[in-house]
Amino acid sequence: MLQRLRENKSAQGTLLALPTTVWLFVLLIIPLILTLVVSFGRRNPDGNVIYDFTLDNYIRLFGYSTDCPDGQASCFDPIYVNILGRSLSLAFNTTMFVIALAYPLAYFIARSHPRRRNMYLFMVLIPLWTNFVIRVYAWMMLLRKEGAINIIIGWVMNALNIPFAPLEMLYTPGAVLVGMVYEFLPFMILPIYTSLEKIDNSLYEAAADLGANPFKTLLRVTLPLSMPGVVAGTILVFIPVMGTFIVSDILGGRQVILVGNLIQRQFLDARDPTFGSAASLILMVMTLIVTYFYTRKFGFGEEIVVA
Amino acid sequence: MNPYRRSPFVIAAAILVYFFLYAPIVGLILYSFNASRTNVTFEGFIPAFSENVVMDGSLVKSSPCGLFHWYCDLAKNDDVAEAAGNTLTIAITATIISTVIGTMAALALQRYNFKIKPFSQLSLYIPIVIPEIVMGIGILTLFSQFFGCANETFNLAGDARLSLGIATVTMSHIAFMVPFVTLVVQARLQGFDKSYEEAAMDLGANEWTTFRRVTFPMILPGIMSGALLAFTLSLDDFVITFFTNGPGSTTLPIYVYGLLRRIITPQVNALSTVWILVVFLAVLMLQILQNRESKSHS
Repeated sequence: MLQRLRENKSAQGTLLALPTTVWLFVLLIIPLILTLVVSFGRRNPDGNVIYDFTLDNYIRLFGYSTDCPDGQASCFDPIYVNILGRSLSLAFNTTMFVIALAYPLAYFIARSHPRRRNMYLFMVLIPLWTNFVIRVYAWMMLLRKEGAINIIIGWVMNALNIPFAPLEMLYTPGAVLVGMVYEFLPFMILPIYTSLEKIDNSLYEAAADLGANPFKTLLRVTLPLSMPGVVAGTILVFIPVMGTFIVSDILGGRQVILVGNLIQRQFLDARDPTFGSAASLILMVMTLIVTYFYTRKFGFGEEIVVA
Repeated sequence: MNPYRRSPFVIAAAILVYFFLYAPIVGLILYSFNASRTNVTFEGFIPAFSENVVMDGSLVKSSPCGLFHWYCDLAKNDDVAEAAGNTLTIAITATIISTVIGTMAALALQRYNFKIKPFSQLSLYIPIVIPEIVMGIGILTLFSQFFGCANETFNLAGDARLSLGIATVTMSHIAFMVPFVTLVVQARLQGFDKSYEEAAMDLGANEWTTFRRVTFPMILPGIMSGALLAFTLSLDDFVITFFTNGPGSTTLPIYVYGLLRRIITPQVNALSTVWILVVFLAVLMLQILQNRESKSHS
């Protein structure tokens, strides 16, 4: 039999890939199917799932409510639609800010002397591998009323003789945005760097020889050629921002509720896994749709793997 | 013309972004030496050594460890020790398993043709395109439904009852780590010069010997960087662990998160600082490995 296996290349390949494939099937694909099944269920008062086929969770998610003012039987309650919309717009804004910050740095690294590039990249990796929760905590300390940002603004204002009351920055949408940008910035720098580094220097020289000024070179040469990096980075940033709940939990307090917080609460405090499952499927569908149209427009960058 | 000339705007922007990346971390480290127990404002460094801890209200006046008071405090914290132990146990176990099976899969996908190949390849992208929380609650549902069924069917009671713990966290970590190992090793295999293997075979080595003496040593740096990447992913993971851990399997990120919602002393900052140092060394190692590899390639 061993002899047979030695000759059968196809069986060898299957055998080698089997542990990984089975593992991913059991722990990633089956859970997704299960989530779908549970989302059609109902919960009993103990918070256990009763398997059923009802669209109640989805209807509720999209605004149908039976808990209405002035005795109506049903009405439109936009609370969950608002949460979805807020998550989408936050993910969009975060991605925009991250691109704006990441691009100059990635360009700086890609255009520096090859001997120094690794050191500069290393300096991007350190904050990336500092634990996610610790990084949120660092911003919590900076943003609060007694934090460093208020102290520094206070000094400046004092020197200018302008009266100043410490700003309330923590527990605002702005704090969540800053936290998200900080958390995911390195994920954009690395892929943009990878695609910028591939651009041959002679292209810049050719552009200059043909009379393009630096701005025109950036617009017509650098930007188009680095698009694969921007696309890969956007996928690496947009998707996790849509699902993160720690940043809004710690920096947004009870003020900024995202779809991640909604899901988390259904599984812990509210004990309604069926509603949580429906919300998480909607989240998944939303990210897949955005990713699909985005990559269809710009192509799927191979930089995603390199990063 | 100097090819590495950058405009002053680019340099200024780069400095600002680096400042943005590092300022919070520097602040975090600074506060780990804070004399104030409440840690809301920085009340200066802990000034002196003494035999016992001397407090003035919430200010530490002196301590046996002096400036490093909160680090000593941290060392005495059993919960941190337990969480650190759990984190390492999970990360090491999950890294070993995912590196072995992930490398096998990379070899299969790069070198062989088989029926389930497209499915195997496609499933690797799941952790990249699906938000972690979706995977987290899915895995939680799987385990809780399965454990519920098993406990009822086999009438398990007391300690024999299946429940969430280190095993479930480890299994879930492997699920999101394997794809990264496979993709990294696959990328290395793509640039692999097959003539070395052919030479070995021509010289009479059989397939296994060729793999052991030629292929494996050549892809080892790739496997190592895949393993280190997987290891850091496991150490860093919050979301999946959050949904799959149970009593007694708290990891460091989960522990820190718990603290952030309650009382924060500079001990958290001391813990963060130690963590940053450890990660710094790990990333440095990864970098050196990759440098050596790129040198041997060129």
